[in-house]
Amino acid sequence: MHQIACHECDLIHDIPSMPDRAAAVCVRCGCVMFRAQKDSIDRTLAWTFAGLVLYAVVVSFPFLAIKNGPIGNETGLLTGIEFLYRQGIIPLAVLVLLTCILMPLIQMLGLLYIFIPLKLNVRVKYAIPVFRLFKHIKPWSMMEIYMLGILVSIVKLGKMATIVPGLAVIAFGLLIFVLNFALSAVDEHMVWENLEGDL
Amino acid sequence: MKATHASARQLGLVSCPDCHLLSRMKKTSAHEAAYCSRCGRELQQRKPNSIMRTWALVIAAMVFYIPANLLPMTITSALGSVSTDTIMSGVIYFIHSGSWEIALVIFTASVFIPFLKFVILIYLLLSVQFKSIRRPKDRTRFYRFTEAVGRWSMLDIYVVTILVALVKLGFLADIEAGPAAIYFAAVVVTTMIAAESFDPRLIWDVVEDRS
Ligand SMILES: [Zn+2]
Ligand SMILES: [Zn+2]
Repeated sequence: MHQIACHECDLIHDIPSMPDRAAAVCVRCGCVMFRAQKDSIDRTLAWTFAGLVLYAVVVSFPFLAIKNGPIGNETGLLTGIEFLYRQGIIPLAVLVLLTCILMPLIQMLGLLYIFIPLKLNVRVKYAIPVFRLFKHIKPWSMMEIYMLGILVSIVKLGKMATIVPGLAVIAFGLLIFVLNFALSAVDEHMVWENLEGDL
Repeated sequence: MKATHASARQLGLVSCPDCHLLSRMKKTSAHEAAYCSRCGRELQQRKPNSIMRTWALVIAAMVFYIPANLLPMTITSALGSVSTDTIMSGVIYFIHSGSWEIALVIFTASVFIPFLKFVILIYLLLSVQFKSIRRPKDRTRFYRFTEAVGRWSMLDIYVVTILVALVKLGFLADIEAGPAAIYFAAVVVTTMIAAESFDPRLIWDVVEDRS
């Protein structure tokens, strides 16, 4: 048993051992403080590896194809970002690149960096800063919003041309779920306890 | 789950913002910082300068919100004629073409959510500054909501990115991102950081001190 303070209202709670996936809810403000995880290491690693395979598909296969009469062309995930960059709106290109392409990759690599040593029971350098970074970039990984953007674009251009979703879009859609499973399998408390003393 | 009846602050404890370890708040001198013994993060009872930082970011975001809505989001030229689209004209286009669901989605993500975030954050800031003790639980819920929905405003930025690629490569027209896009991205980023800078525990500090 240990004590934690709710991060939204600061009330201290005694945390008993909890059944798998049970949520620890703050009695005062109602926020979910964390969720208990069984087999966190194995589940996180399994979903992360699956995610990396999907990620490889996303970046190497055609994303959306457009057919306008006899003209047909394929776009990749990076095509739009490249156009923004060439147009000179570099901060915008960087923002899209970060939030939709780099952040998910950094999240997955970060998870591997933390969880493979945990699985093998070895210690690695910089595990604490890596896990801290992993925690802080979470809100900036926005693949699901990009997916909605694809849907809106398809509707918008639907009357002028035919948009054909490529293999990469399907992998992208699956990756959203798989990455979410990986993230929700992470038992933060367990990780911090294991990293303790690595300073 | 068993709750005690005191906050960490009342017991002289401080919760690490990263690893949530509770430490005793040492009486340190002004320029001597305390660090978490587990992860090394600098410990502070509350997010530093939370109120002022959040105000500054909210005001900056409101300033960006104006050009983001008035300037064109996309500039399209086809067959010699140039047309520009703002966020609202994009929404109206979808209503006219019969896809009112999409119109609603874009309006909510791009216009309504940022506006709602301004209203909620200003309300939270004022309620803490005027030491309100009304409905702390609801106010915490509002905070949680602003934190969760802010990211969805990125939608229109992504739509522009995808449209630019498809329209150009499909030779439908020549299309470029307009000046509003960068302001709009600034709105999303600053409101996200603003929500992050606000410390919801301040709401409860007032309630505890008054009771
Ligand atoms: Zn709470
Ligand atoms: Zn810590």
